[in-house]
Amino acid sequence: MTTMLWLQTSGCGGCTMSLLCAENPGLPDLLADAGIRLLWHPALSVETGAEARSLLERIERGETHLDILCVEGAIARGPKGTGRYQMLSGTGRSLMDWVASLAPLATHVVAVGSCAAFGGVTAAGGNPSDAVGLQYDGTHPGGLLPAGWRAKGGLPVINVAGCPTHPGWVTETLMMLAAGEVLPLDGYQRPRFYADHLVHHGCPKNEFYEYKASARELSQMGCMMENLGCIGTQAVGDCNTRPWNGEGSCTKGGYPCINCTAPEFEDPRHAFTETPKIAGIPVGLPTDMPKAWFMALASLSKAATPDRLGRNAVADHIVVPPTLRKPK
Amino acid sequence: MSGARLVVGPFNRVEGDLEVTLDLADGHVAAARVNSTLYRGFERMLEGRDPRDALTITPRICGICSISQSAAAARALGSAMGLQPTPDGAAMAALIHAVENVADHLTHFHLFFMPDFARPDYAGRAWHTRAIARFTALEGSAMRGAITARAELLHVMGLLAGKWPHTLAIQPGGVTRAPGLREKLRLQATLRAFRRWLEDSLFGGSLEEFSAMPDSHALMRWGRGEVGLFLEIAADLGLASLGKGAGRYMSFGAYPIETGPIFARGLWDGSPGPLQTAAITEDLSHAWMLGPTTHPAQGRTEPDEDMRDTAYSWCKAPRLGGQPVEVGAIARQVVDGHPLARSLAQEGGVLARVAGRLLEIARTQEVMERLVAGITPGARFMAQGVMPRDGTGEGLVEAARGALGHWLRIESGKIAGYQIIAPTTWNFSPRDAAGVPGPLETALVGVPAEDGATLAVQHVVRSFDPCMVCTVH
Repeated sequence: MTTMLWLQTSGCGGCTMSLLCAENPGLPDLLADAGIRLLWHPALSVETGAEARSLLERIERGETHLDILCVEGAIARGPKGTGRYQMLSGTGRSLMDWVASLAPLATHVVAVGSCAAFGGVTAAGGNPSDAVGLQYDGTHPGGLLPAGWRAKGGLPVINVAGCPTHPGWVTETLMMLAAGEVLPLDGYQRPRFYADHLVHHGCPKNEFYEYKASARELSQMGCMMENLGCIGTQAVGDCNTRPWNGEGSCTKGGYPCINCTAPEFEDPRHAFTETPKIAGIPVGLPTDMPKAWFMALASLSKAATPDRLGRNAVADHIVVPPTLRKPK
Repeated sequence: MSGARLVVGPFNRVEGDLEVTLDLADGHVAAARVNSTLYRGFERMLEGRDPRDALTITPRICGICSISQSAAAARALGSAMGLQPTPDGAAMAALIHAVENVADHLTHFHLFFMPDFARPDYAGRAWHTRAIARFTALEGSAMRGAITARAELLHVMGLLAGKWPHTLAIQPGGVTRAPGLREKLRLQATLRAFRRWLEDSLFGGSLEEFSAMPDSHALMRWGRGEVGLFLEIAADLGLASLGKGAGRYMSFGAYPIETGPIFARGLWDGSPGPLQTAAITEDLSHAWMLGPTTHPAQGRTEPDEDMRDTAYSWCKAPRLGGQPVEVGAIARQVVDGHPLARSLAQEGGVLARVAGRLLEIARTQEVMERLVAGITPGARFMAQGVMPRDGTGEGLVEAARGALGHWLRIESGKIAGYQIIAPTTWNFSPRDAAGVPGPLETALVGVPAEDGATLAVQHVVRSFDPCMVCTVH
């Protein structure tokens, strides 16, 4: 049996809400079948007040073994370094203090969501609450815990980044840990099983992308890279090959990928839904694409855009179907 | 135990962070103070940004009311732009919003509220073994069924909003995804399956029959489904008169479509009255916030880093015409004039708040079905507009938990001011300068807490379905 404690620090709770969208099977059955016993979760467990306090104290004293500590939300360090922008109610102690105390006791520490991983939206716009991630401050290694920190099990903080996280990213990470499997991580400590993919993979707008047939306004079907701020060609995540909520994804929903699995996505230094341009040329290259080749291919493919794609790109539904060809 | 003080926390099975301090006298709550223990500063994060960024940032205030925040931001921006959504776009935004509100009501009933009745404290009650089987946290059959039904209902989000939570699908001019015939039929299939689950499991009968009930006497005889179990418990434990509110209810009006809001806007104080939102103010006397009492259009968010002793919460105290108001599903249904809701409001306690939510689930299913039936493939689902360099906007919507307002000021093309009052800011407000407590603080006075037992207190607190991450934001 694998024991798990879940704490909600400075965030929106949306990664738990997303986790409850897990299907086939639903969350309670999935955890039970993986042999994971939830010691406490602030939204799901029965214990409140004194019961919850004594449960946390037993873990802190080492009387209850802790295999996995999940932290959802950034760590608020303000005001003035006290952590009092988020107190764990009833305990007189900040969440910053509780997480620092519990993390060394756990075999694995999982940062659930981009806030817990990097600071995320909680650290946006001047960072009013002086928030950081568990082991990163934005792109900089070292957050609440120092850069070289390792959990008892030998891994650094596992950053299941995303805003929110996909329920599959969280449940599969937990199942791998519970099964004692090796969990490869990328350069930002994100599980590679989803971070080795790009949001661009399987995007329904791929053909528009190929011919640079661009949408000009939200709700149009064309590629959103040139005008509408989409950075799915640079963002890690299997969002378009692993659907969200049945058959969704951001780009399927008609709005751009804002790279929510990455540190500092919350402050792109331009409007989220507008591509920054220099002299009319969009800034930003697809991952691993040499600039000169991209420019050459883009101008060539733009000149070759089929009429069908050019017209569909600026419509909100297909107005020109593909031409039928007789089989040879 | 007379004259004792009890701190309840961590207060779980509410969304976010909550601490309740109770002064006890003769085994009852004599006074309550509600502390919202998390400050993040979203209003400050928005200052200096492109106004459109509010559509990305504000939904991330809250993972459970994310669409509500989207809808309020879209309305506030639209009002600054002088842009209305197209009628078909407004209908799809209403559908997306209704789905979130219903999913939230399900989450509250099955995951947050009912598990308390499976506690050993109630051993020996006639209904206790059924409550254990169905509502034990993370194990009960009804709870597990509800998690599955909710996840399947949220397929509507996958289809229309890309994902849930945190979508950019709702825009000032409408929605980014134009549904066609295939999507319409798929949505119908999802909603039919959801209705089947509601009628088989939660209600144990027809939704139309449930929402046709004229008063609380008829309601208490319902006797079917999980709703019947709740009503049996409510009758046994006297939940109708537990945690009574002041009976002053407000709704901004839910789901604005071409013909107006589907659930009406207004105020109820024993009789209907007009709602003057110009009379809204936020009082900071007992909040760790600095500044004068003002209308939110002039408001500021300046945290008191010294956390002065005379304050006890990060939550500001909103008032309407100087008085607290209660918001939420029961408020919405009372203001809309539903006879069962108005009957329940005569006591206005735990039963009224929970039954108000159940009534709203039944009524909203019909609303969602109507909105899907009205989808016209090929219609315009989004209008385009231009953001002014300078301007102001107001976005008023109904989240699952009640009235949500965004007030926005744009200067030189950037956000110069952004203020938000969330439903739980109203319900869990601290005292104001006159010492008047907020709605929860009032509802807790007189609640039994013999020997420090807090179960009745927990029923009252959870009956409001607080969202603490929205409260301070």
